[in-house]
Amino acid sequence: MPIEPVVKVLFIFAVMVMGLAPIITWIERKQSAVMQDRIGANRADLGGITILGLLHPAADVIKLMTKEDVVPAGANRVMHLLSPLIAAVPAIIAFAVIPFGGVYQFGEKTLNLVGADIDWGLLYIFAIGSIAAYGTVIAGWASNNNWSMLGGLRASAQMISYEVTMGLTVVGIFMVFETLRLTDMALAQDTTFRVFGFLELYFGLGGGVIGWLIDHIRIPAWGIVYQPLGFVMFLTAVMAENKRAPFDIPEGESEIVAGYHLEYSGMRFGLFFMSEFIEIIIIAALTTTIFLGGWAVPWASTDAIIGVISPWFGVGFATGICILIHFATFMAKVVFMIWLQMLLRWSLPRFRYDQVMDLCWKILLPLSIANIFVTGLVLLWARG
Amino acid sequence: MSAETILFYVFAILAVVSALGMVLNTRNTVASAMSLVVTMISLGAIYLLLEAYLIAALQIMVYGGAIVVLFLFVVMLLNLATDEFPPGRQRIVKLAVAIAGVAVLAQVLVALDRQPLFAAQPETVPEGFGGYRQVGISLYTDYVLLVEMAGLLLLAAIVGALILAKRKID
Repeated sequence: MPIEPVVKVLFIFAVMVMGLAPIITWIERKQSAVMQDRIGANRADLGGITILGLLHPAADVIKLMTKEDVVPAGANRVMHLLSPLIAAVPAIIAFAVIPFGGVYQFGEKTLNLVGADIDWGLLYIFAIGSIAAYGTVIAGWASNNNWSMLGGLRASAQMISYEVTMGLTVVGIFMVFETLRLTDMALAQDTTFRVFGFLELYFGLGGGVIGWLIDHIRIPAWGIVYQPLGFVMFLTAVMAENKRAPFDIPEGESEIVAGYHLEYSGMRFGLFFMSEFIEIIIIAALTTTIFLGGWAVPWASTDAIIGVISPWFGVGFATGICILIHFATFMAKVVFMIWLQMLLRWSLPRFRYDQVMDLCWKILLPLSIANIFVTGLVLLWARG
Repeated sequence: MSAETILFYVFAILAVVSALGMVLNTRNTVASAMSLVVTMISLGAIYLLLEAYLIAALQIMVYGGAIVVLFLFVVMLLNLATDEFPPGRQRIVKLAVAIAGVAVLAQVLVALDRQPLFAAQPETVPEGFGGYRQVGISLYTDYVLLVEMAGLLLLAAIVGALILAKRKID
């Protein structure tokens, strides 16, 4: 049995699911506290040591594990117990195709830092995301509670609607990078391009100071540069898929108590809770990979980094350092995207149900189709 | 047996069992729909084993995901009772469905007869087979007319549904 994939899977699981997910529950509490001028979680202590409230995730887990697991009378028992799993598993296995580092050469051996380097990586994530909808729908139905049912219905309508838009908003990116393989997308962004290159191409400028400036004013060739509108629309659509505020109509505390997970307690509620937070990390990792250059360090390509370090320590060691730098860059971008999502979640008011649907079908859908059309025209013109 | 053969049998059995579960379960419509999801995902896995990656992804995304969620949506909203159709019409529907089922089965048997199940298959598939590039290129070159016709049909269906829904509201 090959050892490499197992190590990768364990690594991704340890860092993303077991490591980052509990911490961001703490980040969310602290960030909302800062934004609302409160102190936030600081009570859980171990012999008087609180570590900024970082013990709260552990306390939460212990609380959820030891709570009574109630299945309401009249509920469909099997479905009720199954649906938290249907919600949580897709969120976790989506990490398989997200590259957390580049492709490196150690002599003859190639190291590709991704769980599964498949040609249809983005389609895989969409396919898995569409399965995740069942978790909420079935939870709402199986609880035998009218509020849960309404939550499940709202969740199904919202998730189907935004799935369509989510797919369409990234078509522009497929066209730019000409691939669906996430490792190739990240590799394609590990470079820069000349902002004023068009002056040379179409106006014949160049030579002297102007030529030097044209050659040296470069920006990273990230997806967000090619598809700014696509980035905004994709982020909106995936955040709506995640069902958190401002898109939290399936939960809607003020109208339907807690929506689809109203009748869940203990760790089964914890699974819904966890899957929401794991989805935040997935969204952050996915937008980072597609739009923010993935693991790529801006203005410093893989070859450049290895080239700088290798004269001192040799190529092998330099590649190792480069892997660490890339992984740190990737995690920094992921944490930034998590922070951005939390910021949006705590600053925007909730949408009404009809506003969520209007945003999807009347604004995002036409705009994303227009985006595809314009991208196609520009690519035809630019690539001849 | 290779790993692929074992996986094929696992998913094939899963597909058949869950399909039977969908049809034979007459008490619980939602459970039926969920069985259908299992069938769809198993079929997707079998497509994967055939290296038809695009079809596999679309199978799970469109059939396993969106369409059955819509079924569930309708089932939950309407809360269909068993006596929704009058008995006479039920009999006609059952007869029609039985005839259609026999026709499909006959077609499958004829196809199997022409192409034996375990005939010599080519050892390797051509480069890029079943990927989105290959499928996309053939859709937009060889079959572009059919794609456009399907698109037109879907557009007509959408417009028709809108008109029907609007008439009810007005």
